[in-house]
Amino acid sequence: MTLSEEEVAGDLEPAEPAPPSRGRVLAGRFLASRQGRAGVGVLALMFVLAFAGPLFAPWSHTDKDFAAFLEPPSGRHWFGTLQTGADVYALTLRGLQRSLIVGLLAALVSTALAALAGAFAGYFGGWTDRVLTWITDLLLALPAFLILAIMSPLFGSGQWPLFVLMLALFLWMVTAKITRGMTISLRQREFVRAARYLGVPPVKIIFSHVLPNLSSLLIVDATVNVSAAILAETSLSYFGFGIQPPDVSLGTLIADGSRTAIYAPWTFWFAAGLLVVTVLAVNVAGDALRDAFDPGAKGGR
Amino acid sequence: MSPVLEVDGLEVAFGDVPVVRGLSYELRAGEVLGIVGESGAGKSVAAAAVLGLLPPEAKVSGSVRLHGRELIGAPERELARIRGRTVSMVFQDPQSALTPVYRVGDQIAEAVRAHQRVTKEQAAVKAVDLLDLVGIPDPARRALAFPHEFSGGMRQRALIAMAIANDPDVIICDEPTTALDVTVQAQVLEVLRKAQCRTGAAIVLITHDLGVVAGFADRVLVMYAGRPVETGDVDDVYYRTRMPYTSGLLGSVPRVDGGGRRPLVPIEGGPPEPGRPAPGCPFAPRCPMREEACDDREPPLFEVGAGHRAACIRWADVRRADGGEQARAPREPVTRGPRTVLEVQGLVKRYPLMRGAMFRRRAGTVHAVAGISFDIREGETLGLVGESGSGKTTALTQILELAEPEEGRIVVLGCDTARLTAGQRAAVRRDMQVVFQDPAASLDPRMTVYDILAEPLRAHRAGAPGRRVAELLALVGLDTAHAARYPRELSGGQCQRVAIARALALEPRLLVLDEPVSALDMSIRAGVLNLLGALKDRLGLSYLFVAHDLAVVRYLADRVAVMQLGRIAEIGRAEAVYATPAHPYTQALLSAIPLPDPVRERSRERILLDGEPPSPADPPSGCRFRTRCPTFRGVLTAEERSLCVDAEPEVRPLGEDQAAACHYAEKLAVV
Ligand code: SF4
Ligand code: SF4
Repeated sequence: MTLSEEEVAGDLEPAEPAPPSRGRVLAGRFLASRQGRAGVGVLALMFVLAFAGPLFAPWSHTDKDFAAFLEPPSGRHWFGTLQTGADVYALTLRGLQRSLIVGLLAALVSTALAALAGAFAGYFGGWTDRVLTWITDLLLALPAFLILAIMSPLFGSGQWPLFVLMLALFLWMVTAKITRGMTISLRQREFVRAARYLGVPPVKIIFSHVLPNLSSLLIVDATVNVSAAILAETSLSYFGFGIQPPDVSLGTLIADGSRTAIYAPWTFWFAAGLLVVTVLAVNVAGDALRDAFDPGAKGGR
Repeated sequence: MSPVLEVDGLEVAFGDVPVVRGLSYELRAGEVLGIVGESGAGKSVAAAAVLGLLPPEAKVSGSVRLHGRELIGAPERELARIRGRTVSMVFQDPQSALTPVYRVGDQIAEAVRAHQRVTKEQAAVKAVDLLDLVGIPDPARRALAFPHEFSGGMRQRALIAMAIANDPDVIICDEPTTALDVTVQAQVLEVLRKAQCRTGAAIVLITHDLGVVAGFADRVLVMYAGRPVETGDVDDVYYRTRMPYTSGLLGSVPRVDGGGRRPLVPIEGGPPEPGRPAPGCPFAPRCPMREEACDDREPPLFEVGAGHRAACIRWADVRRADGGEQARAPREPVTRGPRTVLEVQGLVKRYPLMRGAMFRRRAGTVHAVAGISFDIREGETLGLVGESGSGKTTALTQILELAEPEEGRIVVLGCDTARLTAGQRAAVRRDMQVVFQDPAASLDPRMTVYDILAEPLRAHRAGAPGRRVAELLALVGLDTAHAARYPRELSGGQCQRVAIARALALEPRLLVLDEPVSALDMSIRAGVLNLLGALKDRLGLSYLFVAHDLAVVRYLADRVAVMQLGRIAEIGRAEAVYATPAHPYTQALLSAIPLPDPVRERSRERILLDGEPPSPADPPSGCRFRTRCPTFRGVLTAEERSLCVDAEPEVRPLGEDQAAACHYAEKLAVV
């Protein structure tokens, strides 16, 4: 017999391996990439700036300095002031707060919705599929902008979570349809069948096999959605349907600032710059996350 | 006689990765040269380079002379004139070599008109002649068919017809039969032989199958890591092997002949990746005879006999690494175990056949499985063998799904699948595990090996997986360090070991093996087969081994069941079925398998099947095999035939543990 080694090996007392399970390997690979670190670092910085920054400023976003209208940046007003005398630094950070939360949350919620609806419809088929597909099609057919506009009075002060939810509700359908199609083909793949024959429960299969294998799509979708949500919020706010004053968002600031951008660039460029940096950081981090999920990408072992 | 084709010092590189290095051969008129190698050995690239078919980024150097004319560096126009006229090619995948939107006859006529000045009508007539020559029945009508209306075997014949359309001097066949079933492979090889007789062409036959070469080629060239490592007359290479790789290959292929199960001698490790230049012999990491001097420099081809060369510095010491004589002790007496782990009775599965793109309507029924019965006792291995369309995969899926059958019964580990409670289902899932064909596809690419192995343990709440994972890895001969890897970082053989380890995680009693080695390179198969054999002995497992390859099955199976068109043709103890098959189909199947033994292969009488396998949607009346049955055609009288036409034969016993579904079953030795 030529199996002596294997027989012997089987009888040895094996050393216990440190469980290199997916979570750890993922985190390791994500943080090992320069992109991942940079993206997360910049995002964290944005959050710190948005939430801790106002603490150090002498002005709040509702204050008006009647001694300084449309002043350029100075020691008194770090980012300058608007025509109304409002402090651009305070306004921008407040807007950043809102936009970060609206953008990230709406993107996360919509991608999660898309992933769940698509994967369940595709994996279970039958009635689950029919009902979910029906809902998806219905939402696709509804005029999202109009509904958001009609609902805008509800988004008054302090109601922004509702706004986030509504925004997310109109972003997920197309991705859900793609996810459903890909799930149907994944379902036939041997490793999914293998898991089924191993006795792994269906919901667990969706979470441990189907969704991770769609992660590239979902992460790209989420990063695109961050920009989409921020931009959607911006355009809604531009027409006065989004975040309602006195609250501000980067969108409302950019909309207002664009009118004075030529002769008072500080009213526009700080908000626009932060928006660009945020969206870029999200995209860079998303790329790194996608690579970390994909064992074939460079940066793997 | 001067050679038709001379290849001298051919080198091909993609970027700075050398794929073919120092390939030289000569081909005389009417000669057949077999080029053998595993995937990645560079054999297909070498063939494409000869015809100038490589993409422009490939760097080709050396010399290829056709009738003395240099082809490398020749202008594209000249090459185009030669291709298809002086040299033609037959590809592995006839599906992609035929244009789907043109009629087959037109495509052949097109090939004729590309090089000959004939009218359209003359070319069409010639196309029909050619189809007739390659054995396509009713050629005039078939010439009007589209490629998708042809079966795989017929497409390959059409491709051969196209290749010989202009009486070429050289035909290069790249794995011409790899995608085909064995009985169809035998037919296609026969056609190729006939085509060669007609045209007198020389043939370069590229394949990984040592059996195909043994019977067909005059000379062999074995390639390893882009280099020729042994070349010579077929008999010299097979019987007087002078290179450890060749002898390793010959020792590691399972064969259908020979007394009992020979232990296979696996070649350690896997083929090297291209582009990693090591100074010494490329085979050294896997070579059992390696010594210090091997690492000094790459051994050149030594002249080891008349026209026989081998690239090994120890060629004089090489013996065939074949466990031949010291065959494993004959197997225990023919008593079967008392306990049944799997019982299938009268299983039937039909699929509706849908037609129409807009309005789908039922156009018929595919009888994928039409009443099969078998059982597996504890500790036993049943090989379920069949060609494509035999229904073996459907039967397997029915068992794995634990589906309630349309008709008949499936009893897995004492539980009838028609009356399973949720608890029983979970228990059965635990005790019956499966290993799939393609290891890369059956492991989730996004999971580490650790997670893959831990998954069944977690699903059945079998405690903390850490220790068990280490045990499992050791059990299948892997390292604990492999736990942190992703499947794509492992070789095919290692992946299959992981899949086997996963299947063993819950200590099952029945293991279903779905073609577990057919996706692996041949030098790795032996290792996996040995592993399966040893695990079975050690853990007392029972196997249901589904395969299309009778040789592989023979190595592991105690009993075999041969399926044909949804029915069992023959079932019984492996020794009996292989030594004296009784059903004409089994006989044809066994006789179609090429043996890696040139002398026996040349002297063998093949039982060739005629025609194409009937569609399972429309099986013939009576015996399902009668349209292709050689006995029915050649031996029986008209009266006897009527029984075959009218009555479907039942599986009936013929002696001790052997049974066949044929009215006129007669035992016959064919290998
Ligand atoms: S040269 Fe050495 S390593 Fe290479 S095949 Fe011969 S004995 Fe083996
Ligand atoms: S029953 Fe008749 S047709 Fe069928 S296999 Fe036997 S001899 Fe051939």
